This record gives sequence, structure tokens and C-alpha cells, in this order.
Amino acid sequence: MTIDRRDFLKGAGVAALAIAAKPALDIVTAATLPEESPLVGKRWAMVIDLRKCISRKNCTACITACHKTHNVPDFGNTKDEIKWIWKEGFEHAFPDQANEYPDEALKNAPAVLLCNHCDNPPCVRVCPTKATWKRKEDGIVMMDWHRCIGCRYCVAACPYGSRSFNWRNPRPFIKELQPDFPTRTRGVVEKCTLCEERLAKGLLPACVEACEEKAMVFGDLENPDSEARKLLAGRFSIRRKPALGTQPQVYYLV
Amino acid sequence: MIEKALSGDKRYWRWLAVLAIVAFVGLLCYLRQLREGLTITGLSRDVTWGFYIAQFTFLVGVAASAVMVVLPYYLHNFKIFGKITILGEFLAISSVVMCMLFVFVDMGQPFRAANMILHPSPNSVMFWDMMVLGGYLVLNVVISRVTLTAERNGVAPAPWIKPVIILSIPWAISIHTVTAFLYSGLAARPFWMSAVLAPRFLASAFASGPSLLILLCLLLRKVADYDVGKEPVQKLAVIVTYAMSLNVFFVLMEIFTAGYSNIPEHLEHFQYQFLGLEGKRALVPWMWTSAGLAVLTLILLINPRTRSNETLLAAACVAVFLSIWIDKGMGMVVTGFVPNPLGKVTEYFPTAPEIAITLGIYAIGMFLVTIFFKVALSVKKTAMDAE
Amino acid sequence: MNDRGKIIFGLVVFIVIMTFPLWYNIANSKATYRPEPEILTKGVPGKEQCVLPTLEMKEQHMNLLNRWRDTVVRDGKRVYASPDGRKMVMSLSHTCMDCHSNKADFCDRCHNYLAVSPYCWECHIDPKELPR
Repeated sequence: MTIDRRDFLKGAGVAALAIAAKPALDIVTAATLPEESPLVGKRWAMVIDLRKCISRKNCTACITACHKTHNVPDFGNTKDEIKWIWKEGFEHAFPDQANEYPDEALKNAPAVLLCNHCDNPPCVRVCPTKATWKRKEDGIVMMDWHRCIGCRYCVAACPYGSRSFNWRNPRPFIKELQPDFPTRTRGVVEKCTLCEERLAKGLLPACVEACEEKAMVFGDLENPDSEARKLLAGRFSIRRKPALGTQPQVYYLV
Repeated sequence: MIEKALSGDKRYWRWLAVLAIVAFVGLLCYLRQLREGLTITGLSRDVTWGFYIAQFTFLVGVAASAVMVVLPYYLHNFKIFGKITILGEFLAISSVVMCMLFVFVDMGQPFRAANMILHPSPNSVMFWDMMVLGGYLVLNVVISRVTLTAERNGVAPAPWIKPVIILSIPWAISIHTVTAFLYSGLAARPFWMSAVLAPRFLASAFASGPSLLILLCLLLRKVADYDVGKEPVQKLAVIVTYAMSLNVFFVLMEIFTAGYSNIPEHLEHFQYQFLGLEGKRALVPWMWTSAGLAVLTLILLINPRTRSNETLLAAACVAVFLSIWIDKGMGMVVTGFVPNPLGKVTEYFPTAPEIAITLGIYAIGMFLVTIFFKVALSVKKTAMDAE
Repeated sequence: MNDRGKIIFGLVVFIVIMTFPLWYNIANSKATYRPEPEILTKGVPGKEQCVLPTLEMKEQHMNLLNRWRDTVVRDGKRVYASPDGRKMVMSLSHTCMDCHSNKADFCDRCHNYLAVSPYCWECHIDPKELPR
């Protein structure tokens, strides 16, 4: 049987398509496992009472809890440092509240800083691969460490310094590996993800749970009965760099 | 036509060998960076873009500068540039390749680079930067190939190339505008977030690119026995003069806005550059050198008598190139991060491996320029002999 | 042709070198080697059957894991409803490794044979490989 070149190529092309077009795997998801009841909210936010926080000097319970739960490495130097939540002096945390004669208690008081999970996040806008995005269902600014190409554009775009880059392999620098959460690999950017994996199991974020002063309140701002909303309605609160229009969702009660 | 690059004298091959060695050393350092991570650079949590991205930013400008010879020749029939348009296009190709290499070595997960294409994000300026740079590379490869082949064959190039060449003119402007947009849209970095950043980028591009082209033309006269003539060099020098004057003007505009308004968020970055901040002054000598060189270039270039003296012109071009390399590279990129958004100062300086990788990429770029120019000159010389 | 001998000699050397992997493995009986992954964890309650039937898992486990990854990370949905009606959490470190806990005897057998190194383990932690 002789076929000419043109017909051969046509046949080969069709065969290749047939092999390539395998039926895709259908991933059907169920709502939840019977024994779980996740925390559900439409717009998660954090209200941090600075007065309660500074009443306990040199406390780092929230930082220890977060960094342990999420396998955040400790490199021992500020160059490679990775931090999801940390303490910063008031004048550095709120540079637009520059004040020569601040409240004595707040002067030099440390504020707890983390990703603000902004409503209008500049980091999401600049990411070229959608490795970071704002979840529609609850407002968490999430990270996909499988997709991140490590360009660090989001780090440049974040006005709050909330993001860290893995300059080297973090594994050797994690004191106690927690098997319930992955580590990250070198070459990706990471930040606080509001403990979305804990929320799915009905647990509060690790930092909120660890705070013994109960200075950190986690709540749904779309729910007018939430403790967060009630706190904000009753007390004066400030946010970091509000003039930039990022609409940060971490509020500080001063 | 690439076979024309395979025949050359001993100097040619020695030069290529030196470049290959430098590139190889850079490659070895890059393999180490792949293994250990970007921690071997001087970058840190506060200064996340440094030497690599500085080179990328500067070289996009050099790539865009090809438009300064293409526009007069093709749009305005400025025949004097006839001998150098191909050189400008080849310089553009080499520069774009270097830009892409610099971005590649800067990435934390370079082998995931395809994610930018698999998951396109039009909201990100970086996506558009990749698109326009890729398009510019394709444009210049097509244009240079078609025009040079036609010249080799002694005929006029096919008419469809004319609209493609015209397209490359706004495209060149766009690549550097988009690169400026990478920086000028970030509310987090007040040093960069300035409307004049894009015009400033373009002005510095049209000063640094043509000055490199002038130096290459003068060099070709010496080493390759190829004389483009005195007039094209002088016309390019006029372009460099205007562009450098504009560039210096724009920089002074930025300094005025920050200085007169006295807003710490804006002023502190300039203080870090020229005076030092909190005792940290790594960039200060560099910035004053850049400023001094800029003043020197303006004196040499604005005066027609010094400009027409080719030795002084060569010195001025070196000064333009270095001044802008400092100001637009390390000066602009690193200072955006110092102080950081919380007002703290972390300094940055490139490490030895970082410099080695950078030199390796420059060597690859110069390798490309050498073989491309060899091809172009062979064709042009044959055409000139035939006349 | 004067060079016929040299050409044929050269061709033979070339073919021998290029087919080296084939005849070397046949000669060393390595060609008949087939990797045999073993499941050593016995009797995990409620998990006598894998997520999907064995043949489907052999062909599709990479695809399945990729889709699980995107569904958990990007869609925030953690519970998988398998075709035979079971519900399970989409987790490599737990759902998969609960039964296939001996990574070296199971996953690595085929992966090493095929020179496949999935980078999952750069980040995900195999609970059994934690230092005790």
C-alpha cells in the first residue's frame, strides 16, 4: 500500500491528537468531611488591641506560634530573614502618624505587624502568574507556592514589608518540622495566609489562639454581630498607611 | 549569512575566546546560584532587587535606542544613517537578549518562567514587559535579517518590511515606557512613583544607547577598517547632547520636587543617595561621580567645537554611558528600597558571584554584538566594493 | 571508494556507542528488571482501597495530585468525593502517605527506575521521614 507524504502527515497529526486528547480527570469536591465545621466568613479581618499587647513586655507568643505552626525558618541573620508576623516600634509601624510628643505608653511601644490582607492589594495587581490572589469567598490574600516564579515584584509592591523571599533552602533552618504544613522551597515568596488551613478545620489563626492577653481578635467584618465589628464600633482604630488606598484589613486599637 | 562570522583574523578569534571564558565563569557562578539560591547575592529582605535588575533596566534603554537611528532614516529619509541602522538593530537584539538573561538569573524559580505564559496576568505590568520585549526582539530579528539579506543580494528589501520597520519605532518607545511602568505604578515606593520616570527613562536611553553606538562606530574604524563617515557620528552626537540635557533636566526636576516639598518619604531617598542616611553611605561616592560625569558630558557635548573633536567626543560618550549606568542602574533601583517602607535603612552592594554572573551576561551580549557586526560589515564591505 | 573501509568502521563504532544503553542492559540482565513498589503499611482503618483503582492510579496519579493541589490551594476546597462515593481530604502528606508510608519502598522504586524526581518533597513533609 502506498500513501503519499501529505496523507501520511495528516494521519499522523490526527493520531497525535487522539493520543493527546485523553479524558481529563474530573475532580469532584464535597462540602466538608462530616466531622469538620470550618470557620466561614465573608471578609476576614484582624483587630489588634495595642494597649493589651504592650501590657505584656517582650512577649512573642504570637510570633512563636505562627512561625512554629508554619515551619518558618530561622536563619539567624536579617539578610535572609523570613517573617510572617513580627513586632516593630510604633514610629516605624505607623510612619504617617509621625508625632514628636506621642502618648508615653505608645512611645517606643512595639506593634504587631503582619500581612494586612488588603481589600485593594497592590501585590495581587503586580503578580505576573497569579501566584498570589485575593479569595472572593473570604477576602484572604492567598499564596500558591507551586506557581510562584520568585520575581519578587510583589515584595516591591507591598507598602507594608509583609512579604519575605526564600533566598536559600529553608529546611535546615527549621527547628521543629511540623508535618501538618509544608515548608516552602528556595526561590519563592511567602507571607501570612491568615491560617486558611486552620480556618478550614474550624480553628482560629495560630497567633490569635496563642495570645494570652486576648489582644488579637479575628472576625468577619461583614457580620455586624462579630466581636471585631463591635470592637471597631466602640473604639478608635488606626490602620497602616491608609492614604495609599490599599484598604488594609488589620485594625489597631490605640 | 552567519557563515560570515566564521572567518576572521587572529584578533577576532582571541576577542571571542576571551568573551567565551568570561561567559563560562559567569555560568559556573550561576550554577552555584541555582544550587544555593539567591542568598549568594547581596540582596536581602529589604533590598530585593539589585544589580541584575539594575542591568536589565539600563539595557532596555540601550535596546530602545535603536529607534534613534531607525526613525530619521526610514521615516524622514535621513540617508546619512544608511550605514548604521543595521548596527543599531543588531545592538538592540544583543541588548534585549541580555535583558532577558538578567531577568532569568534574577528569578527565584527560573524554570517556572513558563507560568507567565501559561497563566497570563494582564493586570501585571511585568506580563506586558515580557510581551513587548519579546515582540521587540522578533521585530528586530526580522528587520535586520530582511534588510541585510536584501543588501547582500544587491536589491531593495521586500516592500512589506517597511510597515514592520515603522511599527518598530513606537514599539521601541513602548518597551522602555512599560519598563518604567514596572516602577512608577507602585504606591509602596515613593522614590519610583513619579510621572516623570518614564520620560526620564526614555531620555537617558536615547543618550546612553547612541553614545554606545558612537563608540562602536569609532572602534570599528580602528579594528575593522569600516568607516561610517564623520557625519553620522556627528549627527548621533547631537542626538546624545539633546537627550542627555533632557535627562539631566528631568533628574533635577525630581530633586526639586522632593527637596522643596520636604516630604520625608520622598526626600529621604535622595538624602541616602547624595548625603548618606543614618550613617550609611555606600552609594554616595557613586552618585556624585555620576553627577560629575553628567556635568562633564554637558560641557563637552553642548560646545560644538569639543563635540566635533572625535577624541573628546569619545570621552564624552564614555562619560554619558557610565553616568547613566550608575544613575539608572544601581542609583535608581537600589534607592527605591532604601529606606524601606517602614523607614529603616538596609544597604546593598553586589557580591563577587553576582558581579561574575553579570560580567558573564555582558560577555554574552558583546559576543553577539561582535558576530552580528562581523556579518553586517562583511555584507556592507562587499556592497561597497561592488560600487 | 578508497575510504569504504574507514566509513564502515566509523559507522559501526557510532552505532555501537549510540546503542550502548540497550545492549549493556540486556547483557547485564538489567533489561528485564521491573520495579516493584511495595505497600508495607497494613490495616489502616477505612482505607483498604486507594483513591482510584490501581491501574488508573498508575497512569494518572501525577495528574490527580496536580488537580488536587490546584483544588486545595487555589479553590480552597479540601474534601474529595471519589467516584465510588468515599470522601477524603486531598492531602499527599496524609491521605496518600497514611497508606504508602514507606516512600522508599513504594514511590521511590518506580521513580528511581525512571529517573523521575518529583519536587513535591522539597516542600511537603513525609510524616514518616521526620527525625525521631
